Amino acid sequence: MQIRHLTLITMAVALTIAAPVRGEGFITVASTTSTENSGLFGHLLPTFEAQAGFDVRVIAVGTGAALQYGRRCDADVVMVHAPAAEEEFVAAGYGVERHPLMHNDFVVVGPDTDPAGISDLETAAAALARMAEVEAIFVSRGDDSGTHKKERALWEASGKTLDNVRGSWYREAGAGMGPTLNIALGMGAYTLTDRGTWLSFGNRGDMTILLEGDPALFNPYGVIRVDSERCPNVKTGMAQKFIDWLLSDEGQQQIADFRLEGLPLFIPHRQP
Amino acid sequence: MGDFAEAFLLMFRLLGSGDPELLGIIELSLQISFSATLLAALIGLPLGAAVAVFRFPGRGVLSATLNAFMGLPPVVVGLVVYLGLSRAGPLGELGLLFTPQAMIVTQTILVLPIIAALTRQTIADLDEGCREQLLALNTSPVQMVFTLLWEGRFSVMTAILAGFGRAIAEVGAVLIVGGNIREVTRVMTTTIALETSKGNLALAMALGLVLLMITLLLNLLATGLRNAAARQYA
Repeated sequence: MQIRHLTLITMAVALTIAAPVRGEGFITVASTTSTENSGLFGHLLPTFEAQAGFDVRVIAVGTGAALQYGRRCDADVVMVHAPAAEEEFVAAGYGVERHPLMHNDFVVVGPDTDPAGISDLETAAAALARMAEVEAIFVSRGDDSGTHKKERALWEASGKTLDNVRGSWYREAGAGMGPTLNIALGMGAYTLTDRGTWLSFGNRGDMTILLEGDPALFNPYGVIRVDSERCPNVKTGMAQKFIDWLLSDEGQQQIADFRLEGLPLFIPHRQP
Repeated sequence: MGDFAEAFLLMFRLLGSGDPELLGIIELSLQISFSATLLAALIGLPLGAAVAVFRFPGRGVLSATLNAFMGLPPVVVGLVVYLGLSRAGPLGELGLLFTPQAMIVTQTILVLPIIAALTRQTIADLDEGCREQLLALNTSPVQMVFTLLWEGRFSVMTAILAGFGRAIAEVGAVLIVGGNIREVTRVMTTTIALETSKGNLALAMALGLVLLMITLLLNLLATGLRNAAARQYA
């Protein structure tokens, strides 16, 4: 009796495990939470996949983690937003070439009462300096993402040091943009966010954009194919096809067409 | 209260809509967690019973290890499986990273100690006389393990349900090894985490309620089966 049961169970296991296996017709793209959570990939991929005949699987993580996936050969393409780290990635031989893809900008958001009074300031560096002076609560991503890298650069420009303030008014979430915004809302705090995530974020509460338009808040995205010399498993043909399409007139137009409540979330690098 | 009321309404709307993407996510969650629980039960039941019945060197240590591993941190298990299955890792050639199979393996590791440890305790608690009787009858070790498992089948089933509960509710590990890829490795818990991160709190809560309902339904089914079986064998 038990043997028959065992056979049945084993067959059931084999079937359930075998079922989700799919073909080789896909590439893996390591990208940032901002591109996935905002719905950009949901907008771009159906068109591309229908034309190309293969799937694009997106892993949405911070820029630091996405580049790490590339270094470990776990992705065919990386699409991230930290130009310096991207150039380093290519220079170290992990990626073939960085192609500028699109951009938007970062904004400083916070409670609409603006307790630190940053909304009349011109630059993000001045706003951060003001926050440090009045010790207004600031929530940092703290996760080595593109936004976190940008934020650290802005603190550097502000001339304020973050030594000895961690845990008091400067709080590191160690989380993605969405969770960080949720935390900032809960604490009545300021934070830095990319505009795409902000526009698509559903829990803004009494938070609003307090500072924008500073050229230092420029947020460029690049796309890089992982080098198959270092990672022989990379599906070079399909990966290149995807990158070529993103950079083509059609791909750039599709990026421009992606809007939320009438507002564009990403500006294509090249006007199509 | 408004948030919860909204979530409840949304849950009924979600279930009523029969949205194919949501149904796919539920199906994948169940498929992965069923597979992992089955695999873990196949190994864990005989293992737990054997540790309870047979005397061998290191038995105490093994027993304590099983108990301790019931509390394995999922995120650590996820990281270990990720490093193993990553292209740069020892099993990279298999190309299993970011697949449902990788998620099954991860959940199996998490569930196995729960099923094995609870089974060990169940069998150890069985009437000592039952074991002596079997020994007197000169049963083979394999037969003895299966007979004892059958004797304790109702408690063993609770162990399996506890394991399934761990599998279906887990998020940290499957997020790392699955990557939460839409329509490939996106399951209930990773969807809830994603919607929370997008600030869609009502939707996230509604999905959480759907998950709770499914778990509840499965446990009711299991209890019903158990009662029916108990009546039959009484």
